[in-house]
Amino acid sequence: MAKYLLLKHYRGAPDPVNDVPMDQWTPEEISAHMRYMHDFAARLEKTGEFVDGQALAPEGEWVRYDGEGRPPVTDGPFAETKDLIAGWMIIDVDSHERAVELAGELSAAPGAGGKPIHEWLEVRPFLTASPGVTECH
Amino acid sequence: MDEVLLRRLTPDVLAVLVRRGADFAAAEDAVQDALIEALRVWPADAPRDAKGWLITVAWRKFLDATRADAARRRREDRVEEEPPPGPAPSADDTLRLYFLCAHPSLTPASAVALTLRAVGGLTTRQIARAYLVPEATMAQRISRAKRTVSGVRFDRPGDVATVLRVLYLVFNEGYSGDVDLAAEAIRLTRQLATAVDHPEVAGLLALMLLHHARRAARTAPDGSLVPLAEQDRGRWDTRLITEGVGVLQAALARDRLGEFQAQAAIAALHADAPTAEETDWPQIVEWYDELARLTDSPVVRLNRAVAVGEADGPRAGLAALAGLDPSLPRHTAAAAYLHERAGDAATAARLYAEAAHKASNLAERDHLTRQAARLNTRGARSR
Repeated sequence: MAKYLLLKHYRGAPDPVNDVPMDQWTPEEISAHMRYMHDFAARLEKTGEFVDGQALAPEGEWVRYDGEGRPPVTDGPFAETKDLIAGWMIIDVDSHERAVELAGELSAAPGAGGKPIHEWLEVRPFLTASPGVTECH
Repeated sequence: MDEVLLRRLTPDVLAVLVRRGADFAAAEDAVQDALIEALRVWPADAPRDAKGWLITVAWRKFLDATRADAARRRREDRVEEEPPPGPAPSADDTLRLYFLCAHPSLTPASAVALTLRAVGGLTTRQIARAYLVPEATMAQRISRAKRTVSGVRFDRPGDVATVLRVLYLVFNEGYSGDVDLAAEAIRLTRQLATAVDHPEVAGLLALMLLHHARRAARTAPDGSLVPLAEQDRGRWDTRLITEGVGVLQAALARDRLGEFQAQAAIAALHADAPTAEETDWPQIVEWYDELARLTDSPVVRLNRAVAVGEADGPRAGLAALAGLDPSLPRHTAAAAYLHERAGDAATAARLYAEAAHKASNLAERDHLTRQAARLNTRGARSR
């Protein structure tokens, strides 16, 4: 088993095929989209492959250490930031092929006109915590 | 309370329920409920006859569940609580359970989860924590696995090799969550070895014992990986090594060699060397040749190339490596190591960094990064 992160971007991913911003969908289309996402997660829980799913607010800021005894420096948000992550789903699957298959299904969530968005999702394997015990001679 | 003792009784209790006519899935649920109750009750009030207690409680849980089902259809009077005790569960019952939980129709992850629960007696929560998934997900994985094998007849023997692969997977998971999966895998393999007389079961047990013996030496206090050559051999567990070598020798004497025996033989040769320099590399290469014949695995040939590098020098190792697919896991790491031994620090540093980038686990990536850094900074100082 291996864990994969399916990353969804507000910004920074290549343009989807069905590229209409959500605020221009009909309310029914939005509901259908939400239902699809919910059902997808529920189905993965049933197959024993679901680990986590979270959404992120688009607002955020940069923070860094500014030296002993000083408060951290904050900056931003930067409008020009290339990448803006919208959320993720973590899955635990038997193979890389299965991870790609599931990402494909998630990307088929309906958007404007009830048609699949064909949204680009980033699929990233987790680094496992420990090496296989018997593999290092 | 001795939780391991409790878990050791699991397959027997499950076998009794199945013998009394409970179907596997319902019996397994009932045993799990009984185990959870034992974990709750026993610390304050341990029964004298642990197995008897578990059988009684599991049977009652099974009847309750069956009755709850039946009550939905019709009201009925109390059914007989305690059937006459059947014959004691035999080694065959235990063996059948192993086969069922490792059935080829299951995915590896499902087989692992079902084995840990039905044979190992771990709770769903413990298994979920060990594999870092939510409990609900693990519960679904297990119940799906049970549905998958529900049509499998319980009386037919399976292929012991499928069981060994599952146990090997559990062992390799190591230590995670509150369960020591390596120790659990050893326990289950031991138990299997008492139920079936098979040289590869012994081979796997020996392999596990010999690797487990090195565990304390394998990681530094800061959690970083210590390669075999740099391990403090004084910290190897000699009791486990003695046992592992004994089990292996008895298996090899049967003259039915298999891949686990061959791997164990390599581990035994490492265990036998008082220092890394005294390792019998030529003999290790011979065992890798044997292993390559048995498995035809490219990973084996990669390990063999590294062993050749130790036996015949790094140039010979690099030559052996040259014939292999560079996209193999750890190919770059092996090349880095051999180049360093051959005196080409610059190439080694570049390859270590590249290998770190490709590593699939954290400890290994950190180790490879440190190797690259060690060579890079040494170069900077000498310049």
